[in-house]
Amino acid sequence: MVERTVRIGSSHGLHARPAKLFTQAAAASGLPVTIAKGSGKPVNASSILGVISLGVDFGDYVTLNADGDNADTVLDQLVELLVTDHDE
Amino acid sequence: MTETATHSTLTGTGIGQGVVVGVVARMSDPLPEPADTSSTRTVEEETERARASLSVVARDLEARGKTAGGTAADVLEAQAMMAEDPMLSEIIDESLARGTTAERAVFEAFASFRDQLAAMGGYLGERAADLDDVSQRVIAHLTGVAAPGVPNPDHPFVLVARDLAPADTALLDLDKVLGLVTSDGGPTSHTAILAREKSIVAIVGVTDASALADGTTVVLDAAAGTVTADPSDDQVADAERRIAERQAAAVAPVTPGALADGTAIPLLANLGSSAGAQSAADAGAEGVGLFRTEFLFLDAGGSAPTVEQQREHYIRLLQAFPGKKVVVRVLDAGADKPLPFLNDAHEENPALGLRGLRALRASEDILREQLTALADADRATDADLWVMAPMVSTVEETRYFVEIAREYGIKTAGVMVEVPSLALLAPQVLAASDFASIGTNDLTQYTLAADRMLGSVAALQDPWHPAVLRLVGEVGAAGASTGKPVGICGEAAADPLLAVVLVGLGATTLSMSTPALVDVRASLLKYTLDEARQLADIALAADGAAEARAAVAAAALTLKEAHS
Repeated sequence: MVERTVRIGSSHGLHARPAKLFTQAAAASGLPVTIAKGSGKPVNASSILGVISLGVDFGDYVTLNADGDNADTVLDQLVELLVTDHDE
Repeated sequence: MTETATHSTLTGTGIGQGVVVGVVARMSDPLPEPADTSSTRTVEEETERARASLSVVARDLEARGKTAGGTAADVLEAQAMMAEDPMLSEIIDESLARGTTAERAVFEAFASFRDQLAAMGGYLGERAADLDDVSQRVIAHLTGVAAPGVPNPDHPFVLVARDLAPADTALLDLDKVLGLVTSDGGPTSHTAILAREKSIVAIVGVTDASALADGTTVVLDAAAGTVTADPSDDQVADAERRIAERQAAAVAPVTPGALADGTAIPLLANLGSSAGAQSAADAGAEGVGLFRTEFLFLDAGGSAPTVEQQREHYIRLLQAFPGKKVVVRVLDAGADKPLPFLNDAHEENPALGLRGLRALRASEDILREQLTALADADRATDADLWVMAPMVSTVEETRYFVEIAREYGIKTAGVMVEVPSLALLAPQVLAASDFASIGTNDLTQYTLAADRMLGSVAALQDPWHPAVLRLVGEVGAAGASTGKPVGICGEAAADPLLAVVLVGLGATTLSMSTPALVDVRASLLKYTLDEARQLADIALAADGAAEARAAVAAAALTLKEAHS
């Protein structure tokens, strides 16, 4: 089990386009990945509805969890997406 | 049905002055909620049905996204992902296992997420509508009916709908939409705003619009606020003649705003960002009567933009109008446009709360930064910068704003008249400031105690109301006696006939959205100042808004006949 905690870099938070890009990437990884906001309940990272309804805003901290062979690489890629500002 | 055509006429509120003849295409109504009954099929059969429909809808949304491109593509792609969302499908499977129908299971699963998003409000609340749309599409596919939403016939059409949501209009092929008719919604609804922006002929609030069937030929007359179904040949010919006249007027040379007797009434533009400045100048705007600065702050995320960012933007704006007047309104936050760094307190009644100048005064550093940026931009350009404060309700607040603006070297400082108290004390207010600009939307809301944002009281939000006009007249009279300019910068100035009445009440300039300039310019040229005053007196003597509009329209017709 690998875990990463990051701060959201998208100025409009993890909604709309950033949420779509993130869920697409999580689904494409083929690994079970979860995302939680702060100390909240983790949701399936490949569920756009789950991710949007977390209500993650710019500057919020989220924790990713993944299990599997290349969990480290997958989480690195997902973290990269989360810290980038897609709304500039 | 008799043999003769039944040309029935429906009425509503017309947006603009356009006339159009076209064929009706209806937006289908929302589907009924699927019944909560046990399925007669097996769980496996229902699961297969649900999977198939979710997948068909997802592929359809993806395809639409590819056609739409741009930001619409992102929304549609996200919607496609919602249809095949793993968490959603878990909830659907749970319901199906209990023996519900695929329709009901889909409906309930979307509804649970929908309610969650709606409860979060704001941006997420708006996504609830996206989810509703996907849900409706899937249920429509399951039940074998057409998906609700905007029609897409291969010919130009008049769209008839209950009302249009922003998501609907994003998908609308505006090149094919000849006109809009809605049964709900008032003059400030999303449909009305879209119609004004895109210069589409629209009649809103047509109670009986549901009676208009697909394929019916209709004539829309926005000036009269009428929809004529199955028009006679004469009615079509008359409409076509007026369409041709308007086209001729649209290409008529752009002249400065003036009455028939030559009295100059400068026509200015309302702008929300510097992006629209050039097209306004091209359309003959003689300056800017209202430059809203909210978007600068709303777009800046959680904090206020820097002085530097503001200055750059103001310079771009002022450069488009060398030598011309540009009236900038300082930040108008609160009520419908909340900004967390100014006021994040929950208010029961935000329209009557800490908004406009009240909010700026409570966070004076933001006002001072904005004035610094404005004064800098003024020095760097050749435009004639005027600055005004929103939501001012006392003479003391007027003095406060004018004094603080002077500190920064703002040469012309004034106030918006949106609160009846300020209109009633207009002589004192104008003695303390350089000018007044009347915001008719808020003035109407406060005079009639009718929330602008509330559809149920939309009928009261009518600037033709004699009580509102009487207040405008107070300010006009004070302007004349003090020699100070009195502008109008609300929707009212965009109504060509009401514009004449406002001039009769003492308005010296009119400011409106760019597309309205052509019609207002043409309308002013038909009347002398004396006639405008006569029309104003007729409006003031009426019992209500509808009576004022009708009486002035009738008198205007008589005046025009006397001229010809």
